[in-house]
Amino acid sequence: MDREVKSALADKLLAMADDELILGHRDSEWCGRAPLLEEDIAFANLALDEIGHASLWYALLAELLGEDGQTYPDRMVYRRDASDFRSAQLVELPNGDWAFSMLRQYLFDSFESRHLQAISGSRYQPMADVAAKVAKEERYHLRHTSAWLRRLGLGTEESNRRLQDALDQLWPYTGQLFLHSGRPEILAAAGYSTSPVALFSGWSDQVTRHLQESGLRLPEPAHLPASPARDQHTATLKIMVADLQSVVRQEEEAVW
Amino acid sequence: MPELSLEDVWQVLEQVKDPEIPVVSVVEMGLIRSIGWDGDILLITMTPTFAGCPALQVMQSEIAGRLRAAGAMQVAVRLTFSPPWSTDWISSTARQKLKDFGLAPPPLLGDTPGEGLPDVATCPYCDSPDTELKNSFGSTLCRAIYVCNHCRQPFEQFKPV
Repeated sequence: MDREVKSALADKLLAMADDELILGHRDSEWCGRAPLLEEDIAFANLALDEIGHASLWYALLAELLGEDGQTYPDRMVYRRDASDFRSAQLVELPNGDWAFSMLRQYLFDSFESRHLQAISGSRYQPMADVAAKVAKEERYHLRHTSAWLRRLGLGTEESNRRLQDALDQLWPYTGQLFLHSGRPEILAAAGYSTSPVALFSGWSDQVTRHLQESGLRLPEPAHLPASPARDQHTATLKIMVADLQSVVRQEEEAVW
Repeated sequence: MPELSLEDVWQVLEQVKDPEIPVVSVVEMGLIRSIGWDGDILLITMTPTFAGCPALQVMQSEIAGRLRAAGAMQVAVRLTFSPPWSTDWISSTARQKLKDFGLAPPPLLGDTPGEGLPDVATCPYCDSPDTELKNSFGSTLCRAIYVCNHCRQPFEQFKPV
C-alpha cells in the first residue's frame, strides 16, 4: 500500500475507533442513572455496542500497522494520553441531561449509518467487512434514537425545550464527525472511502427533515469544517480519560 | 495422543455453549465457519454474534480449552467478519431450544436486509401473536423485551440481524 494512503487510512481508523470508544464511555455513564429503567438498559446496551465496535476498529488499525491485534486495543484505550486521542468533540462533551445525550446519540447514529453504508463498499476489504457487520447492529440504535427524538420533540413543552437547548449546543459540533483524516481525497481516490462532502450533504438533508418533523428549529445550516482538527479537544476529555484509566494506572501489573 | 478427526472436533464444539444462552451450542448458533488443520495447528474459524458481546471471549477460550483437553496439541481460534453472522444461520433445532428457554427465536430474514424487530412477536409461552414491544434493548445485546397481552408474560425476543 502506498505510504500516504496507509497513513490517511490509519488516521481514519483511529478517529473512528476513538469516536466509538468515547461515545460508548459517555453512554456507560448513564448506567444506573437514566430516567427510566428501560432507558438505563438501553444506554448500557448502546455503550456495549459502541465499545465493541471501537475494539474492532482498533484491531483493524493494529493489522494495518503490523501491531499485535490482541493487545493493541487495550494499549490504545488504557495507556494513551488524552492528548493522543483523535475523537471528535461531539462525543466528548459531558452527558448533560437525558435529552442532550439522546440527541447526541441520534446525531452520531444518523452519521454512522450513512458512513458505514459508504465504507462497506470500500476497496480496503477488512474495513468493508467490519463495516457490514457493524451496520447490522447499528440499525437498532438509529431506530431507537429517531423514535425518542420525535417523542421528546413533540412531547411536552419541557421535553421540547430541553431538546431544543441540546440541539442549539450540539449542532455546531456535527461537521467534525465526517472528517476522520486530513487527506480524505487520498482515500477517496484509492476507493477506500467516499468524499465527506457527499456524505455530509445527504446526512444534512435527512437529519434536518427529521429534526423539523420532531418540532425543532435548526440553529443555522450545518457546515463541514475545513480541517478535522482532531488533535484539539474539549477540556472534559482529559477528565474522562483519567477516569477511564484510573484503575489500570493504579495497578499497572494487574491481570484481568 | 491420538489425532482428532474433524468429526471429533465437531462433537467437541457441540459441547460449547453461548454462556448467555446456555441451551444452544456454538455450532447450532452458526458461529463456526470452518475447521481444519494448518500443519500441526487445529484452526477454528468463528464469527461473533454481536461485535460487542462479552460472551465471545468466553466462547473462544472454552473452544480452545475443550479441544486441547480432547487431544489437540495446538489450537487457534480465529475470527472472521465476512460474511457477517446472520440469525438465519441458527439451526431449526436451536430455534426450538430457544423457544423452550423462553427466548422467542428471531424471524427469518431471507435475502432482504432486516428492518429490525418484528411488530408482531410470537409469545414463546402461549404462542399468541398478541404481544407488545416494551424495549428494543434487553439483558444482552441480542435481545429485546416484549410482553404478551394474552398470557401476561413478559418475554425476550432474539433480535434478527
